[in-house]
Amino acid sequence: MTAPSQHHATATPTEQALDSTTVLSWKAPISFAVITALLAVLFLTTRHSGDATFRLSAGNDLIQIPEVTLNGPVTTWTCIALLTAITVAAAALVRAKRRVPLWVVVIFAVIGLIAFLTWAAAGARTPVIPLPGLLAGALSLSVPLIFGALCGVISERVGVINIAIEGQLLAGAFTSAVVASVIGQQWLGPIVGLFAAAISGVLVAFVLAAFSIKYFVDQVIVGVVLNVLVIGLTSFLFSQVLAPNAALLNSPPRLQRIPIPILSEIPLIGPMFFRQTLIVYAMYVIIAAVYIGLFHTRWGLRLRSVGEHPTAADTVGINVARTRFWNVSLAGAIAGFGGAFFTLGAVGAFNKEMTAGAGFIALAAVIFGQWDPIRATLAALLFGFASNLQNTLSVIGSPVPSEFMLMLPYVVTILAVAGFVGKVRGPAAAGKPYIKA
Amino acid sequence: MKLELRGITKKFGSLVANDHIDLTVEAGEIHCLLGENGAGKSTLMNVLYGLYRADEGEILLDDQLQHFEGPGDAMRAGIGMVHQHFMLIPVFTVAENVMLGHEQTRTAGLLDLAAARAKVREISDRFGFDVDPDALVDDLPVGVQQRVEIIKALSRDARVLVFDEPTAVLTPQETDELMAIMRQLKETGASIVFITHKLREVREVADRITVVRLGKVVGEAEPTATNAELASLMVGRAVELTVQKEEPDLGEEALQVEHLTVVDPVGQLVVNDVSFSVRRGEVLAVAGVQGNGQTELTEALVGLQSRVQGTVRLDGQDLTRNSVRRILDAGVGFVPEDRTEDGLVGEFSVAENLMLDRADGEPFVKAGNVQRGFLAEFAKEKVAEFDVRTPGIDTKAGRLSGGNQQKVVLARELSRDLNLLVAAQPTRGVDVGSIEFIHKRIIETRDAGVPVVVVSTELDEVTALADRIMVMYRGKVVGIVPGDTPREVLGLMMAGERPAASGDAPTPEGAAA
Amino acid sequence: MSDRNDPDVALETGAQVPPDEPVIEKEPEPEEPSRWQQALREIATGNAIISVLAVLLALAVGAIMIAFTDERVQAASGYFFARPGDTFVAIWDSVAGAYSALFQGAVYNFRRPDFVSGIRPLTETLNFATPLIAAGLGVGLAFRVGMFNIGGRGQMLLAASAAGWVAFSFDLPFPVHMIVATIAGIVAGALWAGIAGLLKARTGAHEVIVTIMLNYVALYLVSWMLRTQGLLQAPGTNNPKTPPMKDTAIFFDLLGPQFNLHFGFILSIACVVLVWWILDRSSLGFQFRAVGLNPKAARVAGINVNRMYVYGMLISGALVGLAGVDQVLGTVTTGFSSGIDAGIGFDAITVALLGGSNPWGILAAGILFGAFKAGGFSMQAAEGVPIDIVLVVQSLIVLFIAAPPLVRAIFRLPQPGSKPKKRNRTARTEEVAAK
Repeated sequence: MTAPSQHHATATPTEQALDSTTVLSWKAPISFAVITALLAVLFLTTRHSGDATFRLSAGNDLIQIPEVTLNGPVTTWTCIALLTAITVAAAALVRAKRRVPLWVVVIFAVIGLIAFLTWAAAGARTPVIPLPGLLAGALSLSVPLIFGALCGVISERVGVINIAIEGQLLAGAFTSAVVASVIGQQWLGPIVGLFAAAISGVLVAFVLAAFSIKYFVDQVIVGVVLNVLVIGLTSFLFSQVLAPNAALLNSPPRLQRIPIPILSEIPLIGPMFFRQTLIVYAMYVIIAAVYIGLFHTRWGLRLRSVGEHPTAADTVGINVARTRFWNVSLAGAIAGFGGAFFTLGAVGAFNKEMTAGAGFIALAAVIFGQWDPIRATLAALLFGFASNLQNTLSVIGSPVPSEFMLMLPYVVTILAVAGFVGKVRGPAAAGKPYIKA
Repeated sequence: MKLELRGITKKFGSLVANDHIDLTVEAGEIHCLLGENGAGKSTLMNVLYGLYRADEGEILLDDQLQHFEGPGDAMRAGIGMVHQHFMLIPVFTVAENVMLGHEQTRTAGLLDLAAARAKVREISDRFGFDVDPDALVDDLPVGVQQRVEIIKALSRDARVLVFDEPTAVLTPQETDELMAIMRQLKETGASIVFITHKLREVREVADRITVVRLGKVVGEAEPTATNAELASLMVGRAVELTVQKEEPDLGEEALQVEHLTVVDPVGQLVVNDVSFSVRRGEVLAVAGVQGNGQTELTEALVGLQSRVQGTVRLDGQDLTRNSVRRILDAGVGFVPEDRTEDGLVGEFSVAENLMLDRADGEPFVKAGNVQRGFLAEFAKEKVAEFDVRTPGIDTKAGRLSGGNQQKVVLARELSRDLNLLVAAQPTRGVDVGSIEFIHKRIIETRDAGVPVVVVSTELDEVTALADRIMVMYRGKVVGIVPGDTPREVLGLMMAGERPAASGDAPTPEGAAA
Repeated sequence: MSDRNDPDVALETGAQVPPDEPVIEKEPEPEEPSRWQQALREIATGNAIISVLAVLLALAVGAIMIAFTDERVQAASGYFFARPGDTFVAIWDSVAGAYSALFQGAVYNFRRPDFVSGIRPLTETLNFATPLIAAGLGVGLAFRVGMFNIGGRGQMLLAASAAGWVAFSFDLPFPVHMIVATIAGIVAGALWAGIAGLLKARTGAHEVIVTIMLNYVALYLVSWMLRTQGLLQAPGTNNPKTPPMKDTAIFFDLLGPQFNLHFGFILSIACVVLVWWILDRSSLGFQFRAVGLNPKAARVAGINVNRMYVYGMLISGALVGLAGVDQVLGTVTTGFSSGIDAGIGFDAITVALLGGSNPWGILAAGILFGAFKAGGFSMQAAEGVPIDIVLVVQSLIVLFIAAPPLVRAIFRLPQPGSKPKKRNRTARTEEVAAK
């Protein structure tokens, strides 16, 4: 953390900054050291002497890339050496009163991941990691997380804590399944279902907005209770109505994949990003729109001002309650839309509590992504990757218990809010009702 | 632009904050709205600015009747306001703050930041401000933030500008600069409403003066009116704040503070190498403009600050970096600056608040149980002794008036065996009757041989109570001077100028005699 | 200007108070003239009536849902314009049938010949209420310390695992085994919640986020232990399930073998008294409440706020842990899997909210929700109404209770704002907030 002295140069001489010193943060090097040590202990206690093969293209790809095979012990210990070096470098940076830049953290993470994957594959029954499948699966697990995270980013940025992402996703999944089933047809059903999902998300958000903005009920309480309400409602209707009439009400036509010409043939990332369904393409657009919207448009400026300092926003003529109300609703629409992915994109039918905590991982992504749409998307991708890595590892028969991979997003988030990963500072007014005369 | 308010009435429940207030401000004049704290000045301006809806009355601009649904309408009508607490988004840049609410956009609805920057620069140049449009507001000093507020108002072509207690956070020098800006604005034909309770400022810039008391207009005055006239209008009776006190009976040095430094979370030295000492039976008053490290100094004394260097000794015992609990147990009484935030639990009863800082031991707690009978007796006794006006000891403290809340805090702190009393802004927001009572109790404490540190931003409180005065500026001690030091000297010291007479580096002992 | 009697000097006293605090420093108004009037008024505007109305309102919404999804109603509404009466009869049948099944499953079954089997549903209600009360107390106590413990699920899972492990893998004589298993569970719950308290105290990490995340960490941790031989998995099986608890460890029946009500209920009642004592009578509770209401003032008054956060979470987790122990030693003694928490961790939040975070209120709320659960199962069995409706009713109750103005508006009750005293207070906060 540097002292904010550069701006003070503009002030008149009497308004110079106070004398200052530098507050050192040892969190990064300490975290690095702990992770490096943990990996080293893991590699030492369970030695895997085999080779690890990384497959870089799938069988039906136009462009084939040869597989890469790495020697287990050599790679892992080289990585450990690199990680140690980075840790030392980070410590040196802090000692020199400098911050540890983000790219160092990213490089650290990538090297750590390579080490871990190599180690895991080297000890597996089939020491081959199919990267295309791993990545594509990760993306599809991430889709609802990303929608949920964008919902969380918008509503927290406008000052309303949204614990009800889970409920909004679930409402979207339920509604889209029913609407798409009733309408049927190859294209019309799913598309109308998507819009219906968005509307159902808005309805849940309305309740959140009404209770927290109009009645000043604690936003966390409303969120928690809303989740229970939506779970109860959808489960009740599922058992009572959907299950007996599954053919009519719960067999939606699934969205078809639309490969984008040329782009979908790019090795590795082509199949991952450009052989997807409509929801995923819509997601790309929404991510970009939310990012540009938040930081480069009037809408975003006002939204953020309301979340940071509602009184100030009020004094320049921004209607705080209305801004919060509509943006929480918009956020609900995004989450509801994303919820449709469960039924129309992935599973193909609604099931009780099928979101299974995705809303909470999305919430984790919001925090880990520091309330920034791009970072939150990346966090959601990381979490999706972690759960799919678990799938892949259990398929190739790796010795790591899958539960520990599944835990990763949650543990990482706890570390993040505890301040071990980056600086976590949310919108200043999030969670606080705005009461005016 | 001419502004006219007719018969504005604003009630909060049974409280009438504004009672049929009439006010006319001509174009190109600086009109002072003078009144004590709580007289209803800010409420009136918030009505004018559309933040509150008046229960009765009309607002006219250039004789046109106005209907403001919110601040947006008021701004469109040409009203701008520089708020007492700046209405700036700390994490936005200056340009973003200035454009917020009336943003210009480019193609595809993207924000036109370049235009906003140009606007900031243009207005800055016009008034000789030096404000970087891309600086984060959070990083700017208070004086500059106020200029951003002014730019914000001007960028909307405000023709009526309201300054709500703008000098509260400024040094005398910055205040002078602000006065100059106001005159400059007046030259351009804007009408200016200047809200204050400081007579000196009023007489310096005002063209006309309206005095408000208890929500009513009690009179108009010309700037040529004498202080005495204005003052009696404002308070309604002569104010006598000198406290009867004897010469101090000084004992040995009890509190010794050496090289105390407090670092805030971003690394600024908010208290910078402060050394002083206080003797038994002496009041040391810490003077200074708000926000020059006094708050942090008192917090450091009672262990509420975490990043502290230097030493604090009380009767030879080292208290540095001890927990609050240990420091209180060493006999330190503390009256915090903000009683509703730090001094009381508003939802607790008066009785519970009276045992708040002795919640884990005798006499209030035995074997883990709160001694409710003892507490009730104790509370009744203290309520009587300190003249706390409350329906009963079970009334929630948050429902008492400011003065009575402060008496509860004082009763709690003075009911312990003290070796040091630290009182920060002991009479802020307290009615006149309670002020006298509180001052009397502080002097009694001193006369009982307890060293007392009083922090106050009010010079008269400082001079009324102090045996010695320590002036702080930007975290440092400017000097420690005798209690009868003239106001002009103190004023200069509060602006950071060392007193010429007492040498360039006054020692803690330097001015004790 | 230099003399000390300059009025300018005097007038600056009391300056720079941030908000325009109303200067009319009125003495607080004396007690209202008529105590009876006030009492009536408080009943009409107060919490008790709101709670009752909220329950009624939620049951009404539940009735609508039952009616609309009932097949007989749907069939009858097909010819509504021909014979509207049929529709109403069908609606009445479905709703009355469901709610009478709910009542008979929760309180007294009139179709049983004798009292002993007739009263069985009530004991079932108390049985379901047992963990709800314990966990509700935990959540409620955390509320009073200013913290929101959403981590009931994780705390229960770990407590159940610890208690279960002691209960099935050790050989100890009867009361000792039970006591040791109970303590193991309580400690595990306390420690798991303590993580959140410790992180909040040490790093300021928000306990809501941490407890949510710890729920999932606990779920996966317990799932892993459940499928790992030598940890929790029953020997010689492949199911993620534990072996049955030993008889020496399980909670004994209170009313004999024909009722399920077990010793855990006594523990829950004891906890109600304990929590009441802690909050209302003890020094610790005084400090808890001070921290919960105004942590800054508590810190200034020398109370170790961070320690209170940790203690608060530990006790909260211990109580929630007891709910987990109830589950494995009382309710499901034949071995458990990762669903052992049965949603009680979340139900506890609604119990605590309905009970106003007050131990006696939580006792009542726990029994009410226990009744919903007990009745819900018999409603599902008898009338085919899915038990999920109970979740809907429960969450609606809490939503309505959280927003008294909404309930008052629906039932056209007077708003307490019509009382000058209270409005005065709101006005002050409004003014401060609008600055």
